[in-house]
Amino acid sequence: MTTRIETRFAKCRAEGRAALVTFLMAGDPDPATSLELIKSLPKAGADVIEVGMPFTDPMADGPSIQAAGLRALAAGMSLAKTLDLVRAFRKDDNETPIVLMGYFNPIYVRGVDKFIAEANEAGVDGLIVVDLPPEEDDELCIPALKAGLNFIRLATPTTDDKRLPKVLTNTSGFLYYVSITGITGAATPDYSKVGDAVARIKRQTQLPIAVGFGVKNAQTAGAIAAYADGVVVGSALIDTLKNSLDEKNGATQKTIGAVTKLVSEIADGVRQARKAAAE
Amino acid sequence: MSTTLQNSYRTGPDERGHFGLFGGRFVAETLMPLILELEKAYEVAKKDPAFQAELDHLAKHYVGRPSPLYFAERLTEKLGGAKIYFKRDELNHTGAHKINNVLGQILLARRMGKKRIIAETGAGQHGVATATACAKYGLECVVYMGAVDVERQKPNVFRMKMLGAKIIPVQSGARTLKDAMNEALRDWVTNVADTFYCIGTAAGPHPYPAMVRDFQSIIGKEVRWQMEEQEGRLPDSLVACIGGGSNAIGLFHPFLDDKSVEIYGVEAAGHGLSVPDGHAASLAGGKPGVLHGNRTYLLMNDDGQINEGHSISAGLDYPGIGPEHAWLRDIGRVIYTSATDKEALDALQLCCQMEGIIPALEPSHALAYVSKLAPTKPKDHLMVINVCGRGDKDIFTVAEHLGGM
Repeated sequence: MTTRIETRFAKCRAEGRAALVTFLMAGDPDPATSLELIKSLPKAGADVIEVGMPFTDPMADGPSIQAAGLRALAAGMSLAKTLDLVRAFRKDDNETPIVLMGYFNPIYVRGVDKFIAEANEAGVDGLIVVDLPPEEDDELCIPALKAGLNFIRLATPTTDDKRLPKVLTNTSGFLYYVSITGITGAATPDYSKVGDAVARIKRQTQLPIAVGFGVKNAQTAGAIAAYADGVVVGSALIDTLKNSLDEKNGATQKTIGAVTKLVSEIADGVRQARKAAAE
Repeated sequence: MSTTLQNSYRTGPDERGHFGLFGGRFVAETLMPLILELEKAYEVAKKDPAFQAELDHLAKHYVGRPSPLYFAERLTEKLGGAKIYFKRDELNHTGAHKINNVLGQILLARRMGKKRIIAETGAGQHGVATATACAKYGLECVVYMGAVDVERQKPNVFRMKMLGAKIIPVQSGARTLKDAMNEALRDWVTNVADTFYCIGTAAGPHPYPAMVRDFQSIIGKEVRWQMEEQEGRLPDSLVACIGGGSNAIGLFHPFLDDKSVEIYGVEAAGHGLSVPDGHAASLAGGKPGVLHGNRTYLLMNDDGQINEGHSISAGLDYPGIGPEHAWLRDIGRVIYTSATDKEALDALQLCCQMEGIIPALEPSHALAYVSKLAPTKPKDHLMVINVCGRGDKDIFTVAEHLGGM
């Protein structure tokens, strides 16, 4: 069975461009605004939507995404409400892939089988669970794959050629290459190395490779889009969202527009990248 | 291992780091190769007599081991039951059991060629021990400490600074130990090439829980021969406080297969187990979940969001517990109980007055349970309590609570 994720990456490839993968935290700054934001992303140019599942202790995330999760939790967000958000999005959009991204504990506490069934029914296409390396595949990865969800794995600069096959086994949909060792929202990577890394991984897999960490604007997105099948942007969107909030972290009239404007600019950067490289 | 005993409680974890349901390696991919490298390096070191000899030498000449097993005569008389012995790990260099583990890990870091050491700390005892070992070996030392703990454990902050460590006050979350550990993990993910993460308790991803336990087991091993020397037999019961549980597992592990030995772990009940968010007793008030690289009992809400623990003791103020304790609880080998802030303060004063020993707030929780348990036991019952830290660091906290001192 072809998933929405596979279909979407194939479509972008056919258009001769990288896919834009956007990340926002579910429920940030509040559940209603968050739904509006996520609904507005496809029109602004997002090809794949990653939705963060808020967690109190996001060990691999930088200050921006940590704060986003805490804002969402303070606004009453939960895993159940995150699934509701996906359900609501799916009412109007049956094509844009949705990937839930987060940490294992809320899923584990909800119950793995229950969560997988609910995610499928809500219209989730894939999962990224940061603290489940291949060594823990029995926990969630294998049951999720059996249920028809994609399980997207992160590869990093520390994933050498010897370890890469282990990471690629049971990865589906796409591979998320984290371009630096570090937390989300950290420094900009060295783009020449990103190209080499993508080429290295491509020798071992047919999966599309999306690259993230350090994408801040159209220019940095374009630099990555020249090499990769997908560009992931998260912290920059969340920073923009944060800057649009009032002093009590409430949404303002500017919030939706500020985020979609940046998404549009980055989408343009992604779309121009290969043309620019070809000229 | 062909010598593995059947029906032994001491053979865990399995090759994937599991103690029954608990343990494991729940970390980001960036860290996974490092954890595998660490596991391999530790396996080699463990079997190398030179490594053990170096550690033994340091234990004797630098730490001051063996720590005494001391008969607490007046406390025994006062409580009127079991014969109470203190395992005096508070006499170690740096004032707590933490140094036992730190020296093991720092020697390992040196073997692995790592030049930069990071650590998390709650009460500051692990931070001080790490700063000490780094000073001794000329290694860069960065200690993450919750901003709240920086405030309430000032003496240890100054000690770490004197020893040349860089202290990073952590402002995220509740700004205590849990958040310090998050921040240390973030540092590690960022600085993978040259950095060694020296975890202070028997928790975290495999191989840390087993490795820290091994380094701390010197406590229980000494108690075995010391008690043999003084009383000609094994103790009848062991009592230790539990935050993450490293001092406790160090005392307990060598006795797990001795069925005649009763074992008690004492968690921090803070304001009381019935007070929401008012305690740090993960076994009594938590359920299984995944945090900081391992599956264990955690204090959390129905959505799997981690709650903040509370304890008067910054060293017990952690919403989880080492995975081996979680397993020992489920199989029933160790009895886990708890003591409140107030009970710990009372026990601390009792210990000062009866024995002239100022214990830290952490072992005061174990003492609180001893003062309940000892009177129920016969006079020939030998009870060992691990006095795992000295109270100098806590005098201001204690003074504040007792008032007018």
